[in-house]
Amino acid sequence: MNVFDIIGPIMVGPSSSHTAGAVKIGKAAAKLMGERIIRAQLLLSGSFYATGKGHGTPKALVAGLLGMDPDDDRIPESLVIAEKEGIKIQFGQADLQEMHSNSVLMILEGAHGRILEVIGESIGGSRINIARIDGLEANFSGDYPTLVVHNSDRPGHIAKVTGMLSVQGINIAAMRLYRQGRGQNAVMILECDQEIPKDSIEQLEKMEGIEKVTYYTLEDADEL
Amino acid sequence: MNYKTLQELVSLAQSEEKEFWEIVVKEEAISQNTQSELVFEQMRKMYQAMKRSVDQYDPNLKSPSGMSGGDGERMRRYRMNNEPIAGDFLSKIMETAIMVAESNACMKKIVAAPTAGSCGVLPAVLLVFEAEKGFREDRIIEALFVAAGIGQIIALNASISGAVGGCQAEIGSASAMSAGSVAYLEGGDMEDILHAATLALKNLLGLACDPVAGLVEVPCIKRNVSGAINAVVSAQMALAGIRSVIPPDEVIGAMAAIGREMPVCLKETGTGGLAATKTAKIIAGSLA
Repeated sequence: MNVFDIIGPIMVGPSSSHTAGAVKIGKAAAKLMGERIIRAQLLLSGSFYATGKGHGTPKALVAGLLGMDPDDDRIPESLVIAEKEGIKIQFGQADLQEMHSNSVLMILEGAHGRILEVIGESIGGSRINIARIDGLEANFSGDYPTLVVHNSDRPGHIAKVTGMLSVQGINIAAMRLYRQGRGQNAVMILECDQEIPKDSIEQLEKMEGIEKVTYYTLEDADEL
Repeated sequence: MNYKTLQELVSLAQSEEKEFWEIVVKEEAISQNTQSELVFEQMRKMYQAMKRSVDQYDPNLKSPSGMSGGDGERMRRYRMNNEPIAGDFLSKIMETAIMVAESNACMKKIVAAPTAGSCGVLPAVLLVFEAEKGFREDRIIEALFVAAGIGQIIALNASISGAVGGCQAEIGSASAMSAGSVAYLEGGDMEDILHAATLALKNLLGLACDPVAGLVEVPCIKRNVSGAINAVVSAQMALAGIRSVIPPDEVIGAMAAIGREMPVCLKETGTGGLAATKTAKIIAGSLA
């Protein structure tokens, strides 16, 4: 274990899983959204729902959606900041039985009309797992630049995506494939060692058979 | 990291003729692929954040549950206006521990060390040693690497998570780490460092994690005080030449075993022990 996992991180309390982890889940969702969020429905499950209020979990999730990091002093005021920025936030309960006890389903609406559904789990310390995107398996940690491609389950789509990465000289650290059933909706998750250029992602979006491309960057957006 | 036990860390230091903390810095630099100086400066940032967490203590804050806040100020006033029974030095450590732990409960910025729930122990000890005994900041940073090395080995062979090992893994680890750093600051050798940490850990073996309403407040905040004081007294025993009969790495193994055998209701689930008392249930009910 890294020295700064023992002494650190610097974070707003009180809980690494219920506060710091929640901020990271919110921020990951905001990055996946890629456009300004105007509406968010946050449905807390398990221990997030049961003890979330006392741990500041709702505030932490919203702080993340606003682009804050776990050490941001403004986390306790995030609900007020969101309201000032005209973001409509609604809280509720979800019963995500198959997920980790600390999990949340976020339904987000963007300024350009994009709708995104993310299930995030806080899995210990302040480590997180993005478990699902738009109902399909995802399972990535947010430690790497990550490409999430929704496509129809037909031959050749994986080659298209990995071909693009190869042309760009981008190394794949881990790759996972899921599908609802043969020939139905499929998703590929690619965790990469380098950032993927924006125009490559736009090219991917236009390819035949590719339904939706979501990109998680490690870089901080200028404006969310 | 090139060591898995305390004994291996000490052997490395002896064979390379380096100090305990220097090995921790060096191994971290290798794993981050960076220079030792940069790792040292990274730790300085952690220490400065600890200092800020004390400087920015606000006695008027209350935690979202309403259970915590203001006790650090109560401790400070008692020390100022009375002849404190624990003496001035230990009293300052007590109030610093409670201030940082309360700030955490009140959603202020802290440094997890090793966890947020145990964030008051190390700063309480180190800040007061720096202020009252005139240590240079660099030497305090060295002591933080001593603490980090001990924490790494506990994390590897046992746990630093209340959900896995109970409170012994959080306050126990923080106290052991702090005891080792105190032994180092006071000029102890590596044997003293190891036994200071070990005696501190032994004193807290078996401690359950049974927080009221599942929140990092009761009994966590006040346990930061006892963890900090336990660190100082354990270090003093080691500096006096007192040794743990059970060797350091075996004590860490015992802690792991106790954690495994501890029932789930005592491992951060908020369902057993203090959390299952009549009053705790009333509090939890009022927060739902």
